Amino acid sequence: MEYVDILTSASFWAAAIRIATPLIFGVLGALICERAGVLNLGIEGIFVVGAMTGWMAVWIGADLWTGVAVAAGCGAVFGLLHGILTVPLGLSQHVSGLGITLFATAVSYFTYRTALPNVSSPPRIEAFQPLDVPGLSDLPFIGPALFQQTPMTFLALALVLMVGFVLYRTPLGLAIRAVGDNPAAVEAQGLSVYGLRIGAVMVGSALMALGGAFLTMSAFDAFFFGMINGRGWICIALVVFASWRPGKALLGAVLFGAFDAFQIRLQNEVGGAIPSQVFLMIPYVLSIVALVIVARKADYPRALLQPYFRGQR
Amino acid sequence: MFVKQTAGWMRRAVFSAIFVMAAVLFSASYGVAQAAEPLKVAAIYTVPVEQQWVGRIHKALTAAEERGEITYVYSENTANTDYERVMREYAEAGNQLIVGEAFAVERAARAVAAEYPEVAFLMGSSFPAAEPNFAVFDNYIHEPSYLTGMIAGAASKSGKIGMVGGFAIPEVNRLMHAFMAGARETNPDVEFMVTFINSWYDPPKAKETAYAMIDNGADVLYAERFGVSDAAQEKGIFAIGNVIDTASDYPGTILASAIWHMEPTIDKAIAAVKDGTFKADDYGLYSFMEFGGGSLVADESLIDAATLDAVKAKEAAILDKSFTVEIDDTEPKSSQ
Repeated sequence: MEYVDILTSASFWAAAIRIATPLIFGVLGALICERAGVLNLGIEGIFVVGAMTGWMAVWIGADLWTGVAVAAGCGAVFGLLHGILTVPLGLSQHVSGLGITLFATAVSYFTYRTALPNVSSPPRIEAFQPLDVPGLSDLPFIGPALFQQTPMTFLALALVLMVGFVLYRTPLGLAIRAVGDNPAAVEAQGLSVYGLRIGAVMVGSALMALGGAFLTMSAFDAFFFGMINGRGWICIALVVFASWRPGKALLGAVLFGAFDAFQIRLQNEVGGAIPSQVFLMIPYVLSIVALVIVARKADYPRALLQPYFRGQR
Repeated sequence: MFVKQTAGWMRRAVFSAIFVMAAVLFSASYGVAQAAEPLKVAAIYTVPVEQQWVGRIHKALTAAEERGEITYVYSENTANTDYERVMREYAEAGNQLIVGEAFAVERAARAVAAEYPEVAFLMGSSFPAAEPNFAVFDNYIHEPSYLTGMIAGAASKSGKIGMVGGFAIPEVNRLMHAFMAGARETNPDVEFMVTFINSWYDPPKAKETAYAMIDNGADVLYAERFGVSDAAQEKGIFAIGNVIDTASDYPGTILASAIWHMEPTIDKAIAAVKDGTFKADDYGLYSFMEFGGGSLVADESLIDAATLDAVKAKEAAILDKSFTVEIDDTEPKSSQ
């Protein structure tokens, strides 16, 4: 009975969506990269970059939305680096991606420590506050669950629609999907494979950085070393779960958020009987189970992980 | 010609003046250096120095450096896989005292220490000291934690207290148990919700966990991690601080905090190394209230007078040893 109470409470779903928000950004970003045929394992590091730069911009004196833009821009720069290494140079996407994660994380920490060498507790900014949408926020159940979130959550939800629209309803989206399936055909159309792939990786990385920025500018108001805590890696798994589709990506992220919100509440309810580590495993175990069920039918972008060289067969 | 000669004479005069001054300064500084050669101390932290726990060690060492007693170098955010190497580097570099935290590298740290018997090691550890040079310390602030528990128990109207911890390891568990024992003294029927987030550094997750406890009826939170007090302030309930005093960041939210002072431990170790009496001792005891290693800060404007009196009486009882706070390192559980 307790479980039903948890699952039917509005605050539970509000928490699930809050936890899911950085994952929605990240999974959309990873999805765009992979749709264009490039796996981006730089995601974890790009999250750190976004978290650090967005927060730092606001701390220096920019307003919050400028901070969001700075985070996206810095993410795109690392995306450009990953793109150059993997697209025209055709290096291993795994190795380059992991390198980007290590490099981006280290650069972020270095910048943070250089700017703030002697702080006893991390400086705070005035973070995004939950929006009160007139009318909608007062609706029973839906109001507190969905309409008392911070603006960045709404941005994430809007991006799901935008990415879906661009990928499936525009010539650009067709070209991006094609470049991930059959780059030679795209080349035959007179489009630039390199341009499309690098562009997609940059946009995807910008979205990943927004996931990090959400953590320091919305979920919390300060930057900490190590606070990304594996959220980027979760997104890589969620893309497979989502079969590279934005709608399912949203579903996967919210599902993971719900698992996590559920285990937190379960620890309070029945924590006396079961070791805490079991609860902490729950979201990951359930994600793997979901992945096994869903991903068996997964329809990979055909040219994922394959570098394209002009004129080569 | 004449001009040039003058210049030469002046140059010689200036040179000799500089030489004399340099000689005086050198001998003077040499004399001072002989009197108090600063001890070479190095510290290795696995987390950044902003982290509460490590921050206390860093603060004590920085203070000793400012007093001129030591020279201080440190590495922060050192991966556990790198820990051994950094220990060796500092030992090879001629540091006389190496401070750190061996929790995740107990065996390796002891092995390295054994290879450098002339270097003194003072390590945070869950295990006993190792001969001849591996001394241990820990944040034994269970006494002030008990006192904060008394305040929390009295403040809770709903009878539910939420506790968010990092990892369920002895250094966290014992403070939580002491806190819970204190809360039961002032509120025997109090219930606890205990959640671990398995991270030292995930404030968004700590905050999310705190929200869940507040939804479940908690009206006092034990803030072991960054992020918990933020949730408490947002929802207008109280929080109890731990290790560091953050009351000024959350006005009206922090009822009381159990503060850890690393200075007695560090000062004792520095003195021991200097006079050559450093041994593989357990320095944990210098974190007890008796030695000034732990203390209670309370926001007296938020606590009722009767509770304050009871807490002060208990503090006196701890100090005169008529009351001992039990040390329990097992993992605390939520009340059923």
